[in-house]
Amino acid sequence: MNSASKLSFGRIALYLVLFVFAIYYLLPLYVMLVNSFKPLDEIRQGDMLALPQAWTIAPWASAWSTAQIGVQATGLKPYFMNSISMVVPAVLLSTLLGALNGYVLTKWRFKGDGIVFGLILLSCFIPFQIVLIPMARMLGILGLAGTTSGLVLVHLVYGLGFTTLFFRNYYAAFPTELIRAAQMDGAGFFRIFTRILLPSSGPIIVVTVIWQFTNIWNDFLFGASFADVDSVPMTVALNNLVSSSTGVKEYNVHFAGAILAALPTLIVYVVSGRYFVRGLMAGAVKG
Amino acid sequence: MKERFQDLLPKLVLGPSFLLILFFVYGFIAYTGYLSLSDSKMLPSYGFVGMDNYERLWKLRHWSGALKNLAVFGSLYIIICSVLGLTLAILLDQKIRAEGVLRPIYLYPMALSFIVTGTAWKWFLDPGIGLEHTMHQWGWESFEFDWIKSRTNAIYTVVIAAVWQSSGFVMAMFLAGLRGVDSDIIRAAEIDGASRARIYRRIIIPLMRPVFLSAFVVLAHLAIKSYDLVIALTGGGPGKATELPATFMYSYTFSRNLMGIGASSAIIMLIMIFSIIVPYLYTELRSDSKR
Repeated sequence: MNSASKLSFGRIALYLVLFVFAIYYLLPLYVMLVNSFKPLDEIRQGDMLALPQAWTIAPWASAWSTAQIGVQATGLKPYFMNSISMVVPAVLLSTLLGALNGYVLTKWRFKGDGIVFGLILLSCFIPFQIVLIPMARMLGILGLAGTTSGLVLVHLVYGLGFTTLFFRNYYAAFPTELIRAAQMDGAGFFRIFTRILLPSSGPIIVVTVIWQFTNIWNDFLFGASFADVDSVPMTVALNNLVSSSTGVKEYNVHFAGAILAALPTLIVYVVSGRYFVRGLMAGAVKG
Repeated sequence: MKERFQDLLPKLVLGPSFLLILFFVYGFIAYTGYLSLSDSKMLPSYGFVGMDNYERLWKLRHWSGALKNLAVFGSLYIIICSVLGLTLAILLDQKIRAEGVLRPIYLYPMALSFIVTGTAWKWFLDPGIGLEHTMHQWGWESFEFDWIKSRTNAIYTVVIAAVWQSSGFVMAMFLAGLRGVDSDIIRAAEIDGASRARIYRRIIIPLMRPVFLSAFVVLAHLAIKSYDLVIALTGGGPGKATELPATFMYSYTFSRNLMGIGASSAIIMLIMIFSIIVPYLYTELRSDSKR
């Protein structure tokens, strides 16, 4: 029948289009990956899509431990470590505080809590340029200028809005009767939180941790503005590596470095993409 | 006594976070606001000069260029992401068997840093080594794609990279919206003999209005904030061809030592974002409390 063959033709075209788009999204990653395993002269003469003729892991070794970044030839390794020691405390603290804030804002409502939440929510969307100058001064006053602790503070403060939003929306759907009942039984504020709410907060904790991890790991602006030699995060170091104007441009090393910088968030995405998407949606469409 | 403490406890818990935000967000906005009215140059200084910085800012061709670039970049970015996102979502919503594989592929760029995206595309678009070079190697000698080196076209390369990064996210928003459409409405229309295309045009796409609005708000505010991508992709160049307000603010404040002007440009950015986001949040929160 004519309509049946038309239908299957339509299906094939549909799959074809979807497949072409998949290639479009994968292409840059593929190009970076294959070229990070090529010697430099093979990149220069050749075809960027071809697989390496002479596979080499030298670019990776160089990107990790010997490439010139700024004035030092340390590779990206120390900066990777800087990022880790910045991200871990910032994520944990902002998630913990966000959970407590969300709990208070939904289960211990008070007069004016709408305004408090509104102000917290609005803080998510400010362009960070607006706080750069006072923040630089404040970090100086606190003695945290150029330190990892300073960056932790910055990311904690500007992540609180989102973490509070996530937990607030999640706890809003949690039955308040359960909490009133526990109160009748004499359970206090923290007991209710740790015994009743926390045990059922698994999914939102994962969403929040992933969201915060991705955002803080990928941050460039704060790192570029407030970091010093021993606190420079991975993104800033990568940019220094790629845009350094001295010497030969070692594209293969740049690619290996870019993938190293992308790896942690990519792994998180592959392992728990579902939660990543939920976080994006919650951040965008608001619960 | 213990009762009183239990009553206070919630506020004691929320208090520190709220004070941090009041101080580091709203206090800092006020401080930057004051600096924008001051004679600050390399360091903050408190001599009041009224609207001088704003007047100078609006006379700078560098600034009007940045605004023009933002208008071009922002509108293309929003339109292409929305169209592409909606199209992909509709295509994926046709009971595609490989959806579980395709969806994460469309979305993964969102997990990457803009610096990584910029690094990849900078090379890909570089005529000497990337796409153009490869096409020449393949024998297509006349192929030319040097937008990234061109003063008039470089801004479009920022659009290309930014769309690549965000369109999958918009797709996910629309897909969630499509999955929320009441299937009874569609079945009723099918019984009435409406074609698939007509159902989409007349029923489903109009139902996506809230998603369009959310996508617009998210993309517009991302566009205004765009900084990392430009730095990694073009560094604002060639010349000033891809300078945006965010890069303008940074270079005036920290490289050119004209902090007063830098602060005034940050205030303009804040006004742009708030004029989009505040009405949106206000209506969202109101419909929330009515529910």
